Amino acid sequence: MAAKANFETPAFRPYPVIPILKPGAMKGNGPFVAKPPMQEALGFPGELIDNWHDVAIEKMGELLKKYRSLRVYLDACVKCGACTDKCHYMIGTFDPKNMPVARQDLLRQVYRRYFTLAGKWFPKLVGAKDLTREVLDDWYNYFHQCSQCRRCSVFCPYGIDTADVSMAAREILDSVGKGQKYCNEIIAKVYKIGNNLGLPEPALRDTLEGLEEDIKDETGVDVRLPVDEEGAEVLVITPSADFFAEPHIDGLIGYAKVFHQAGISWTLSSSASEAANFSMFIGSYENMRRVALRIREAAINLKVKRIIFGECGHAWRVAYSFLNTLVGPFDFLDQRYPIPQHICEFTYDLIQKGALKLDKSANDHRRVTFHDSCNVARASRMGDMPGGQFIIPREVIKASCNHFYDMPADTIHDQTYCCGGGGGLLTDDLMELRVKGALPRMEALKHVVDNYGVTHMAAICAICKTQFAKVLPYYGFEMDQIISVHQLVSDAIVLSVDEI
Amino acid sequence: MGFWTTFYALSFYTATLILVLGLAYKIYQYAKTPAPLKVPTMPAPLTTGGVVVRVLMEVVLFQSLFRSNKWIWLFAMLFHAALWVVLLRHLRYFIEPVWFWVVLVQPFGKYGSFVMLFGLLGLLVRRLFVERIRYISSPSDYLMLILLLVIGGSGVMVSFVTHTDIVHFKAFMLGVMYFDWQPIPTDSILLVHLTAVILLMIIFPFSKLLHAPGVFFSPSRNQVDNAREKRHVAPWAIKQFESPPPVVD
Ligand code: HEM
Ligand code: HEM
Ligand code: SF4
Ligand code: SF4
Repeated sequence: MAAKANFETPAFRPYPVIPILKPGAMKGNGPFVAKPPMQEALGFPGELIDNWHDVAIEKMGELLKKYRSLRVYLDACVKCGACTDKCHYMIGTFDPKNMPVARQDLLRQVYRRYFTLAGKWFPKLVGAKDLTREVLDDWYNYFHQCSQCRRCSVFCPYGIDTADVSMAAREILDSVGKGQKYCNEIIAKVYKIGNNLGLPEPALRDTLEGLEEDIKDETGVDVRLPVDEEGAEVLVITPSADFFAEPHIDGLIGYAKVFHQAGISWTLSSSASEAANFSMFIGSYENMRRVALRIREAAINLKVKRIIFGECGHAWRVAYSFLNTLVGPFDFLDQRYPIPQHICEFTYDLIQKGALKLDKSANDHRRVTFHDSCNVARASRMGDMPGGQFIIPREVIKASCNHFYDMPADTIHDQTYCCGGGGGLLTDDLMELRVKGALPRMEALKHVVDNYGVTHMAAICAICKTQFAKVLPYYGFEMDQIISVHQLVSDAIVLSVDEI
Repeated sequence: MGFWTTFYALSFYTATLILVLGLAYKIYQYAKTPAPLKVPTMPAPLTTGGVVVRVLMEVVLFQSLFRSNKWIWLFAMLFHAALWVVLLRHLRYFIEPVWFWVVLVQPFGKYGSFVMLFGLLGLLVRRLFVERIRYISSPSDYLMLILLLVIGGSGVMVSFVTHTDIVHFKAFMLGVMYFDWQPIPTDSILLVHLTAVILLMIIFPFSKLLHAPGVFFSPSRNQVDNAREKRHVAPWAIKQFESPPPVVD
């Protein structure tokens, strides 16, 4: 468990009142700042440069020319207030600067001052501000209190996406040498070793062999977890958490069993042993492309025909929405399948075809609910119809267990609440924020626990799973109540012995 | 020609020029800036037709706002809907002969003005008394509502209280349009109305009123969800990373 908390876990609210603001409640220095070597590995200055003011303004100008989203979002907000009560961090911390519009305003005030006539001539009137050290520190602090979940964007009449704004802000911060340790260290590790956790190839092979033995012991069947197998049909790209932590690993075992049953050859890659692409969190197109390029190269080198992504939320956003843009076109893959495909789409198709035998009663000791991960729900899709990302994982769960209950309607689908740890905030130095930001999701979970006796919450995102394992105990739940969707599949699947 | 006639005629020219050029520039800027990544807020339509419907639902019905806050939606809807009707009614000062449907709109516009004022007051009360909205408001946010209230209030006064000579006024307006100036009726309330309107036209392209063109350019609302099927790359990204560019069909 985490060191003894020096903050209070928010109490469940009898009904969801809108909190009274507590200005400055989460003021602080923000998460740890990245060390110079990590910064430099990503092509950023090692530490805060002397002329940060001019460079920051120049960078903002550059981004305004490159991203229509930023320009329109900074101009269009009418301060209607519709988004003010939609952010889980606002709900959990009461800090007004965690209201999405107030978070955007941190950037907007500077935009107005330097890039609009109104702000140049009448700064007080339109709330424009000079970029001072205090403003820069506020950026660092509050743009690292946004998990880039896009919930606010759903509710804004113009779709203003604070996630986009915070990505731009972090890119500006990186460009003046003030990057966040957690994200930038991880990206540097991906460049050096191939995955977020810094798991080297021999260790990866060991782990996978160990898992094969475990499955053999448990089921008596030889289920393989191959790595770097040239000529396999499918390349599986999965978050590295799947290789060694509970409950992630049970999901990985689930994918292996599904491939085994389907009789489709697959392989992991040791050079692209990571689905996550943290460069998205820091808004860096360049780094995002560089991380994504590994996947393209692995697919070419291993001569696969398809790419399938494991359970990871933001990885799926980058895969579904950006991969083709960043490193496409993928004309060397089999065009009959979606490129890339999600493991849930893959399993769902097999279930539809009757190719998997699932014994639901194997999960009878569980009463399950499903947490829609933000990046899957609001930033990508599965299947061939809008909203498939809500239907397909639920259908996979329902095919694997008898007891499924959804959380309240305003906390699922595209209104889902973030786990509290997304967007590069899944680090111990932000524990208070993570616990407080989980409040709305914990309340929704409590609702189905109290009303339907739900015992487990399934998720398809490595960050969500890690975050929940950590914060569930703060709210009186057990850490193992969070499970992988493919763990349910894994437990229900009936393996046939005569398959290869 | 009297001072007021010259003053208002020139002001109208200036304000119109600023409004039109300012808006044209902003629209050009929005259209020209690339959206390098696919970022529609999902679930999003899979076709262009679907996107047109989505954007129209936002523009006409404020769909997202309806999902998020019924009070703001109600006041916003009353204000904007009434505003459009009032503006349609105003067409009669600018055209001769007055089109048939503009004649039909007249009574709705006349009484719609009260709906508009009610909506604006509702928005102002929220801004003043809801703590969260007060926190995010700058002086300009209040002043914008007050300006619109002044325009609406003075319009209603002219319409229902002072009964300015509209035939006379229309002659002035047409004169301005066809560069054949006619004297303006110097009814003070009418002049207040016109001054406020001129001010609104001038600040439009420099203020949050840019939400009106902006809503059509918001990538989270106007993009088609087809990232896997169709490669979407910005020219700057091709230039920076892919030269020579790969073949995209
Ligand atoms: C395409 C046309 C337009 C659309 C779709 C649109 C939509 C909206 C929406 C959804 C809001 C937020 C809700 C609210 O606070 O009222 C809003 C606010 C506002 N609109 Fe518009 N609008 C349009 C045109 C205009 C025009 C032409 C004006 C100017 C006269 C205007 C003035 C305002 C003002 C002043 C607000 C802020 C109200 C407040 O302070 O709360 N809008 N608009
Ligand atoms: C060039 C622009 C405008 C001109 C020349 C103008 C002129 C007038 C005149 C002459 C009247 C009196 C109508 C009557 O007695 O029958 C009036 C009324 C009114 N005006 Fe305007 N106006 C303009 C723009 C606006 C705008 C932009 C708004 C809203 C934001 C507005 C809102 C109103 C309202 C609510 C009334 C009272 C209801 C009515 O009689 O239509 N006006 N205007
Ligand atoms: S993107 Fe999510 S975390 Fe960020 S401001 Fe919006 S609701 Fe809050
Ligand atoms: S909902 Fe959109 S327009 Fe309204 S205050 Fe929030 S960001 Fe601004």
